[in-house]
Amino acid sequence: MEINRVNVRTWSMLGERRTFGLALDSYAEEMDRLFVMSGDLLSSSGLDRFVRNYPEKFLSAGIEEQNMVGIASGMAADGYKVFVSSFSPFITGRAYDQIRMHLGYMHHDVKLVGLAAGIGVGIQGNSHYGLDDVALMRAIPGMMIVSPSDGAEVVKAVKALYDYDGPAYLRLVGEQGCPIVNKEDYGFQLGKAITLRDGEDVTIFSAGTMVYQSLQAAKLLEEANISVKVVNMHTIKPIDVEAIRASYGSKLLVAIEEGSVVGGLGSAVAETVAMDEEAPRLMIMGVPDCFPKAASYKHMLDALGLDAAHIAEKIKQSVLK
Amino acid sequence: MKKDLKKLALELKQMIIEAAHDAGNQGVHIGGALSMTDIMAVLYGELMNYDIQNPSDKNRDRLVLSKGHDALGLYVALCASGFFSKEELKSNYLQDEGFLPTHPVKNIEKGIECSTGSLGQGLAYGIGLAIAAKKQGRKSRVFVVMGDGECDEGSCWEGFTSAVHYGLDNLLLYIDLNGLQSDGATSEIMPIRIAAALDAIGWNVMEADGHDVDDLLSKSKKAMQESGRPSVIIAKTVKGKGVSFMENDNSWHHGHMNETQYEQAKKELAEGGHDGNQ
Repeated sequence: MEINRVNVRTWSMLGERRTFGLALDSYAEEMDRLFVMSGDLLSSSGLDRFVRNYPEKFLSAGIEEQNMVGIASGMAADGYKVFVSSFSPFITGRAYDQIRMHLGYMHHDVKLVGLAAGIGVGIQGNSHYGLDDVALMRAIPGMMIVSPSDGAEVVKAVKALYDYDGPAYLRLVGEQGCPIVNKEDYGFQLGKAITLRDGEDVTIFSAGTMVYQSLQAAKLLEEANISVKVVNMHTIKPIDVEAIRASYGSKLLVAIEEGSVVGGLGSAVAETVAMDEEAPRLMIMGVPDCFPKAASYKHMLDALGLDAAHIAEKIKQSVLK
Repeated sequence: MKKDLKKLALELKQMIIEAAHDAGNQGVHIGGALSMTDIMAVLYGELMNYDIQNPSDKNRDRLVLSKGHDALGLYVALCASGFFSKEELKSNYLQDEGFLPTHPVKNIEKGIECSTGSLGQGLAYGIGLAIAAKKQGRKSRVFVVMGDGECDEGSCWEGFTSAVHYGLDNLLLYIDLNGLQSDGATSEIMPIRIAAALDAIGWNVMEADGHDVDDLLSKSKKAMQESGRPSVIIAKTVKGKGVSFMENDNSWHHGHMNETQYEQAKKELAEGGHDGNQ
């Protein structure tokens, strides 16, 4: 799947989760060990075309997430690479114990696909928000967590995760019509953060939808003569410790995530920063430890202070202090 | 040469008592291990296709012990089948960092197919193995052993519905119906009309005397002829089977024997085992 102007616009319109289904459909031919299951969310995962083209590679699990993870693990034991999808709280939370035993303890090669993680379902509310998903998955030894910044990165991540032998959680965020971060082809490597913009004063580490907001915030801060580096931490676990340590020349480090500040990307960065004497101060932005009131996606970003304007303002206040 | 399954089942019971005794003051799930030995004897002594020289053979049959706390019942069957020696059993069972802790840890070389112990997870895993076998055109069969108390878990019911929907006739489930769970009788803790329920869902349901190896064997063979749907053998068993003071006494769900009890258990089993009914 070529990363070009037309494709990135299409993927942007589709949003991350439908791009996921499209990517599997495009790569299925060359992925001979691929198997896909969904918890009654085939269409929501953008898998319609994939299922039409490759019915032998798909199984509906019904609304049985725990069973789905167990089945996927059994298939993985005999050579399949299984992607299983549901809304992020259901795939990570409902099936948590199965994930712990099968993907964690037995390290089976199953890729969990969490749809509409963060606040992506907007007005649908907290039953469907994926706020603690990163904390849950991060607590499982050996689990990889990937949160793509846009459609192009979803395509890259799907391919890379298929090639990777081991359990992983693919965290898909945002709405349809998500902003574009990556306009041209680029090198993507699991576990290796990408510096999208250089800067002297502040380094922002962000993932998913927050990468675009961070880039926008960096532009706003430039106008205030604050120079900001933005690092795309698409792989939240294992965290790129080198990328974190490479930022210690900054006056301030900032971690931004569309998810709970408890146990997420910010916590992952903090676990490195806290051990290093030379590390500068770290500021963590995300959804505070609460169940936020349900609202439309844009309203939520504003209310939670996770849009570029709020991010820039908070950083400015902190730097000028 | 056909193995004497009755003899094997008795030997497994004796090995359970020895291993539990060797574990010293540590608690062992003796009751549930004893209730499943006849099922294990039929599986490892006759029904299952495995090769101890090539334990990871893709075409092997798989056994998933879903009621993982009764792993000792599996360990002795694997030991008796040659996956590891009696010395290895003794030096690893409940020993610090040994490969045979209370709950099984996946170890294909030693015949352990799946890490279990968190109840209600073995059936889904077995379903995955069964689907993979069918898709890959292998004749491998999948056997899953569950407990009746374990059937409380909601995840079991997800497995029950989907195994039928996927038409997994290469899957044979045993439910070790010993009537007791950790806190007491299943009839009091969480009664389930399991045979009727599984029949309603669409399983090929058979009931067997879980301590009659001939009955278990003939029904298992019949179940393996079933086409288009999975089979379940609901095996009526006695928790603590073979040792008079353990039978139907739930303090042996997890316990340890003093020397007098050990000597008595050993003596009873040497004489063929106590023959109590449920």
